Amino acid sequence: MTEPRSPWLKLRKNPAAVVSAIVLACMALAAILGPMLAPDGAGEVTRNSFLPPSSQHLFGTDLNGRDLLYRVLLGARISLLVGVIGASISFVVGIIYGMIAGYLGGRVDSVMMRLVDVLYSIPRLIFLLVLISALDPLLRRQMEMQGLQEFVGYSKIILLIVSLGFTEWLTMARIIRGQVLSLKSQQFVLAARSIGQNHTNIILRHLLPNLVGVALVYLTLTVPAVVLDESFLSFLGTGIQAPLASWGLLLSDAAQVINPVKGYWWLLVFPAIAMSLTLVALNFLGDGLRDAFDPRQRK
Amino acid sequence: MLRFIAKRGIALVIILFCVVTLTFFLIHLMPGGPFDRERKLPANIEKQLLVKYKLDGPLLEQYFNYLGDLLHGDLRLSTKYRNRSVNEILGESLPVSGILGGIAFCIASGGGIFLGAMAAARQHTWIDRTAMLAALLAISLPSFVIGPLLVLIFAINLQILPVGGWGSLKGLILPSVTLAAPYTAYIARLTRASMLEVLTQDYIRTARAKGLSEDRVIYKHALRVAILPVVSFLGPLAANLLTGSIVVESIFSIPGAGGFFVNSVLNRDGFLLAGVVIVYCALLVLFNLAVDILYGFLDRRISLYD
Repeated sequence: MTEPRSPWLKLRKNPAAVVSAIVLACMALAAILGPMLAPDGAGEVTRNSFLPPSSQHLFGTDLNGRDLLYRVLLGARISLLVGVIGASISFVVGIIYGMIAGYLGGRVDSVMMRLVDVLYSIPRLIFLLVLISALDPLLRRQMEMQGLQEFVGYSKIILLIVSLGFTEWLTMARIIRGQVLSLKSQQFVLAARSIGQNHTNIILRHLLPNLVGVALVYLTLTVPAVVLDESFLSFLGTGIQAPLASWGLLLSDAAQVINPVKGYWWLLVFPAIAMSLTLVALNFLGDGLRDAFDPRQRK
Repeated sequence: MLRFIAKRGIALVIILFCVVTLTFFLIHLMPGGPFDRERKLPANIEKQLLVKYKLDGPLLEQYFNYLGDLLHGDLRLSTKYRNRSVNEILGESLPVSGILGGIAFCIASGGGIFLGAMAAARQHTWIDRTAMLAALLAISLPSFVIGPLLVLIFAINLQILPVGGWGSLKGLILPSVTLAAPYTAYIARLTRASMLEVLTQDYIRTARAKGLSEDRVIYKHALRVAILPVVSFLGPLAANLLTGSIVVESIFSIPGAGGFFVNSVLNRDGFLLAGVVIVYCALLVLFNLAVDILYGFLDRRISLYD
C-alpha cells in the first residue's frame, strides 16, 4: 500500500482518529445543546436525593436532588471550555516563545530554553493552587468595583483558564523551537533571506505556515492535559464551584459520598465515563494527527 | 564536572530565592488573616499573636526576617496547628509522602521501561497494540477515577487489599499503583518510540549479525541508548509524582505532606504553605541536578563541561 501524500488523507485512513473525531463532535454538540433542551428545573435543587438511574433521571440524581445527566452535560460545557481556551492560550504563548528562541538562536536561545527547563521542574499545579486562591478574591473585588456584578461568579473560571493557559505552554515552546531550528537552515529560508526579505516576513510567511501542522498536533494534545489539570484543581476545591459544574467537581463530589455501605455508583461512573471518553478521544485524535503531520514520525 | 555542579548550584539558589519571594508575596495577597474566626479576637490578643508569629511590622521587614529565618533552616510556626513548627509537621509527613512517591517512582520508571521495550520488540503484534491501548487509557484517566475504581475492585469486591490508611505494606499497593499508573504509561510510550528508532540503527544490525540473541540485542544494546529520553523525563516525573500524591493521599487517607498542603491553602496557614512549597521546590531542583549528572554518565557524548 502506498502512503497517502496529504496528511489529511492519512488521517482519514486512521480508524481510531476518525472515531475519536466523531465522538468529540457528539460530545461538543451534547454539551452545547443538552442543557438548552433540558426540561425546566432539571438543574434545580430538589428533595429527590440519590435516586438511582431510571427513565425519569437517566443518570440518577445527586446529593442535592439535581439530575445527574444535566450536571454531566453542564460539566462538559465548562470542562471543554476551560480545555479549549486554556490550550489556545498556551498555543499562542508557546508558538511565540518557541519561535523567538529558535529564530534568534545562540545565547538568547540557551537562556530561554534554560528557563523552560526550570519551569518544567517546578510543581506547577501547586503554584496554581496558591495563585488562584490568592488572586480570586482580588479579581472579585475588582469586578465589583468596576460594576461587573454579573461576571463575579465567573472570576474563578477566568482565572483558571488564564493561569492554566500560561502554565501549559512549555512543551509547545520546546517543539516549536526545535522545528524552527531545523527549518531556518533549510534552503527556502536561505533563499528568502538572500533576496533581502526582512525577519518579520520570513517568520510570518515562511516559517509560520510550516509550523501550523505540528502546532495543531500539540494543541490537540494540550486540551486533555488542561482538562485534567482543571479537574485536579476542582477536586481539591480550588477550581469550579457549585452551582456551576465541571467533571472534576462532579467526581470530587462523588468521591466524598461514595463508600462501601452506600453504593451511589452512578455518581462516580457517569462523570468518569464522560470525562474518560473525551480525554481518550482527544489523545487518540492527537496521536493520529501526530502520525500524519509530524515529519519526524514519517518513515 | 565540579564547575558544572557549582554552576547549577548557583542556579539552584537563584531559583529557590525566586520561589520564596513569589510564595511569600502571593500568600500576603490572600485575603483574611490567619487568626480570623467567627468571633473577632480582642485587639491586644491579636496583637500578641501577630508578634508571636512574627507577623507584625512592615511587609518588607517581615520578608527579610523570614529570609533570615529560612537561612537558618527555620520554617517558623504553623498558625493553624498552634505551637507546632512547620519543620516538625514536615518532618513527620514528608517521609510518608516520600515513601509513597519513591515506590511510585520505581514502578513508573521500571515498569514503564520494561513495557515500552517489550512493546517495541514485538511491534505490530497484539501485545504491542494492547500495551499501547492500555497506556493511552492510563494517561487519559485522572487518578481520582483510577483510585476509587481500584478500591471498588480490589478492596470492596475482592477484599484482598485494604481501602486506605497507612501502616501496612499491603496498604501501600493501591495508592502507589494509582499514583504511578499514568507515568508508567507515559514512560512506556516514550521508551517504545525511542526504542523503535534505535532498532533501525546500524550497530543493532551488527549486533544481530554477530548472532547475539534477540533479548540480548534489545535489553542490552538497544535499551542503553533508547533509555536516554526516559532519563531526561525523570526530573519532571518527580515533580508530577509530588503533585499527584496530593490527590492520591486524599483518596486513600494517607497522612502525607499533601493533606497539610491543601489544608494550609484553605486555612490561610501562610508559613506551613510556604514551607511545603519551598521544600518541594528544593527537592525537585536537587533531583533535577542529580538527573543531569546521571545523564552525563549514561551518554558520554554529552559533556557537562560546557
